[in-house]
Amino acid sequence: MNAMAVPLTNYIALASVIFFTGVAGVLIRRNPLIMLMSIELMFNAANLLFVAFARAWVHNAGHIFVFLVITVAAAEAAIGLAIVVTVFRSSKNVDVDDVALMKG
Amino acid sequence: MIFFWVLAAILIVSAVWCITARKAVYSVVALLLNFAALAATYLTLNAEFLAVIQLIVYSGAILMLFVFVIALLSSGIAPFSVGPDRLPRIAYPALALVLIAVGFLTRALVHSAVVTPPATAGPSSLGPVGAAGVFGSVADFGTALFTTYLLPFEITALILMVAVIGVVLLAGDQAPYVATKKREEDVKREMREAILREGGQ
Repeated sequence: MNAMAVPLTNYIALASVIFFTGVAGVLIRRNPLIMLMSIELMFNAANLLFVAFARAWVHNAGHIFVFLVITVAAAEAAIGLAIVVTVFRSSKNVDVDDVALMKG
Repeated sequence: MIFFWVLAAILIVSAVWCITARKAVYSVVALLLNFAALAATYLTLNAEFLAVIQLIVYSGAILMLFVFVIALLSSGIAPFSVGPDRLPRIAYPALALVLIAVGFLTRALVHSAVVTPPATAGPSSLGPVGAAGVFGSVADFGTALFTTYLLPFEITALILMVAVIGVVLLAGDQAPYVATKKREEDVKREMREAILREGGQ
């Protein structure tokens, strides 16, 4: 096993910080576009962990998984933005707190 | 090692900039910086193919989609109206929660056995990146993707097709299943006229 120059724990800490920055973004923003971008941040933090662990294990399953996650993230972004556009078309307003169409 | 710290600083600063920017366009710029730094981080981790994919798919495709939607929503007659953020009210509780969560997660992971890799290396071998059969090279990645992981790869095609159909249904020109205000008023007016016609006969 080749030792990594940077310990794995550093990558874990970095990914945690990025992930929870994304969580905070979803919690505190009301602009749905920025909320979607925060979700992308969380995806990227998870991907960084996958790549770091793949490097530590010298096993490329992590790389494959990141590839699949990126595909799903692209689909998610496209559908999320389509929903934002649809909501904006119907109400001229994209404040997430005012969109209560499906409220029971 | 110093390269890691520089990249980590860029990643964290751009992430924080992304969620605190006043305008959505600035968030996109911050996210672009974040994705570029992440691609560089992937390169330091022997994932050359993923670094390229990160730049092409995220910075090229997904962020362009965001910019396009921002331009689309900002160019109408009515301005893109979003109320004030919840930032002042819950920023400090959220920050405290985030720090606690980061602390717990890092501590749990650092103390778990999962962080120490096994002594034996995986199926790939380390070496100069770029050579065939070496961990992280495009050849290694492609071989794994099209042999061991062929079925998941095929399923991503299905996922993308579902996404395309969903987007066309949701936001297409003649989206049939979307109840807009205008369409609702049209239906109501037609119903009123029909009732009036019935009453007049």
